[in-house]
Amino acid sequence: MTPIEELLRGSLDHCVKCTICETQCPVSNVTPLFPGPKYAGPQSERYRVAGDPSVDSSVDYCSGCGICTQVCPQGVKIAEINAQARNKLKRQKGVPLRDRIITRPTVLGRLGTPAATIANWSIDKKPLRIVGEKLLKIHRDAPAPDFAGRRFSRWARKHASPPTGRKVVYFHGCGTEYYEPEEGEKVVAILEHNGFEVTVPKQDCCGLPLQSSGLFDDARKVVLRLARNLAPHVRDDADTIIVGNATSCTLMLKREAREILDLEDDPDLKLVSERTYDICELLLELHDRGELKTDFQPVQDTIAYHAPCQQQGHWIGKPALELLALVPGLQVTEMNARCCGIAGTYGLKAEKYDIAMAVGADLFAQVRESGAATVACDSETCRWQIAKATERPAVHPIDLLHRAYGL
Amino acid sequence: MRGDPVGLRGELHFDAVVIGAGTAGLTAGVRLAESGARVCVVAKGVGSTHLAPGTIDVLGYTPDRVEEPERALGELVGERPDHPYALIGAEAVGAALQWFSDEVSEGPQPGYRYVGSLERNHLLPTAVGSVRPSALVPETMCEGEVRSGEPICVVGTPALRDFHPALCAANLDRAGIAARAVALDIELERADANALGLARRFDDADWRGAFAASLAPLLRADERVALPAVLGVRDPHGAWADLQRRLGRPVFEIPTLPPSVPGMRAFEVLRAALRRAGGRLVLGSEVIGAERSGGRIEAVRAHAAGHDVRYHARWFVLATGGFASGAIELGSDWVARETVLGLPLRGVPGPDEARFVGEYLAEQPIARAGVAVSGGLRAEGAENVLVAGAALPGAVPWQEGSGEGIALASGYRAAQLALEAQAPTQAEAPA
Repeated sequence: MTPIEELLRGSLDHCVKCTICETQCPVSNVTPLFPGPKYAGPQSERYRVAGDPSVDSSVDYCSGCGICTQVCPQGVKIAEINAQARNKLKRQKGVPLRDRIITRPTVLGRLGTPAATIANWSIDKKPLRIVGEKLLKIHRDAPAPDFAGRRFSRWARKHASPPTGRKVVYFHGCGTEYYEPEEGEKVVAILEHNGFEVTVPKQDCCGLPLQSSGLFDDARKVVLRLARNLAPHVRDDADTIIVGNATSCTLMLKREAREILDLEDDPDLKLVSERTYDICELLLELHDRGELKTDFQPVQDTIAYHAPCQQQGHWIGKPALELLALVPGLQVTEMNARCCGIAGTYGLKAEKYDIAMAVGADLFAQVRESGAATVACDSETCRWQIAKATERPAVHPIDLLHRAYGL
Repeated sequence: MRGDPVGLRGELHFDAVVIGAGTAGLTAGVRLAESGARVCVVAKGVGSTHLAPGTIDVLGYTPDRVEEPERALGELVGERPDHPYALIGAEAVGAALQWFSDEVSEGPQPGYRYVGSLERNHLLPTAVGSVRPSALVPETMCEGEVRSGEPICVVGTPALRDFHPALCAANLDRAGIAARAVALDIELERADANALGLARRFDDADWRGAFAASLAPLLRADERVALPAVLGVRDPHGAWADLQRRLGRPVFEIPTLPPSVPGMRAFEVLRAALRRAGGRLVLGSEVIGAERSGGRIEAVRAHAAGHDVRYHARWFVLATGGFASGAIELGSDWVARETVLGLPLRGVPGPDEARFVGEYLAEQPIARAGVAVSGGLRAEGAENVLVAGAALPGAVPWQEGSGEGIALASGYRAAQLALEAQAPTQAEAPA
């Protein structure tokens, strides 16, 4: 057993079978295909023997959202135990070609960006999506964002951040790089408005899609490559931090890569992990210190805010809600649903699409009932899912702050 | 390092930080936030609400069954000055109950309310057919009053394996409460449903209609209907009223084994109230240490992803629970410890005394152990820490039927104490 497996197995002895995780699991509450985090996690784990074949394929239906670990009052690493079990299952049963493709946003982005017009055209074409579903088992109705046709890093290379001495390293992630470069420009503008000098190092995928699909070896390579790129920018300056707007990717850097991929001891990743901030976490901490600029103009908009599961996994509450409350005029309603269903790439998969939509149904209904014109959410794949399902624009909370700053 | 141009390191500042998100912690958090304090509730996970029945049992046995909790409370406070209720004060217990009822009525479940007071305990059936004396209960349970004499039809389903109508009815009947059982087959597409899964179905009016239609022919004219506590999560009032209308008779819920649907409703009431009042709720974050300065706690350190966060505050409320939640531990060396802030305990049997006795349900000598407090709910050795809920010493809640009452009232009182001490006239007094 690896040290990480021992650590996770050790945590399962703290399980008192209280069922709190079962009450919060988005997936098991809508489908019998996943028996729930307690059954698949601490209970089944006792029957999983190192070296023996995996006996229960239901763990493949866990979406990896991590809510079970967050709500467990006894500190059992439920989601992490299930991630290990999923990896073992994938190694045993083999990985579908589909999972090898959709888990590599960098490859997709590099192929799609120069051919954005054709790529976006084909994404919107039903017959092609049906072929894609037949060949690759990517559901025909799953949300597929348009390529921006340009890359954020190109813009960043030409952009000169005014030197203020208060440095911050910006980790933008693949969503910003290939699909929403304007989001990255807004992050930079907000940081600079608050006196930061923004550095955008060469960077790549964090490996989260690979990890959540159970492709651990590939995920390790990818996240370590990223850590090697980021670490030198913070190593020699104890005051410099890394900030990201892709909340699931910053969580991967902070915690998941170390815990799930057994990389606790990698010095680069450890350094990056300790220094990484989510953008809203950073801005709210600045506000706590009385250092956030609050020269917000009124924004007349009605917002339904959904905190994605991975944002909740930061264990910092919902900073976006408190930031949005600083903007005059903005009417924000907090959604009280568990998950939008997409869980990164889970809801793209043909055999899981219906489950993902059933998971999200509660959130979609709440968004509609709220009467809000716009949805705010910290994670890009969740935004794409919610926007498609509710037919409303879904934006990152920083998008609203950017509007309020009038930048 | 506040005010430094650089050096962000997870330092956050509040007026009050509450540790624990069960009934005690959330109540303290909401009360403080409602009074204008900047509050953060930090918890390792979701708390006792999801496991407790959702009733507010103030005092059920002393050791005889209590009919009038207000009077029994007065006697208890006189006889046991070390009991949590003596520290809280009977007045605050009544105020806390009233406050909680009001919060439920203004809460996210439309029309849902709690019924009862300290004047007289309800006497309601439990899932095993015993009776529970409780001061304040969801309206959806009221009709279960066993003293009313109407016969009860206990309805269950094999799909919910944690609720056995035959067991419940047989034991009620044996105690002289006319009852019989009906088991209804419900298709739930899974081998093993829990109470929450069933409750989601009851939120759906069409599903409810079909359920009522299949149940109605099985009922006798004069019977009231007992169901496991699954009558809706989002709209329990609507589900309950609708079923009573469709069946043309009183319907009531009996609390189930965990997960507790009525408890989850209560959690949602308090969570929504905290948000409404501007308080912050951080779940998943375990408090792992404290920074002291003399007799005060300056900050607590909590796990977050990547880096720890230090929560600075003037007041801390310790609402982490007792032995059951792991907040108090008895080591293999037989030393008992408070695991979160390392505060001294009271009520721990001495080195030569027995900690446990043979009979499981007897009063165990260690049961009254808790965090040592003095001057109300203040922790000994940490003057700005107030203790609430199961962490308090001096009670045996499962014998007294007092757990939720102590949690609610001590959370309420802890907030009151912090606010009183914060009042301008006292703030000028030397620390």
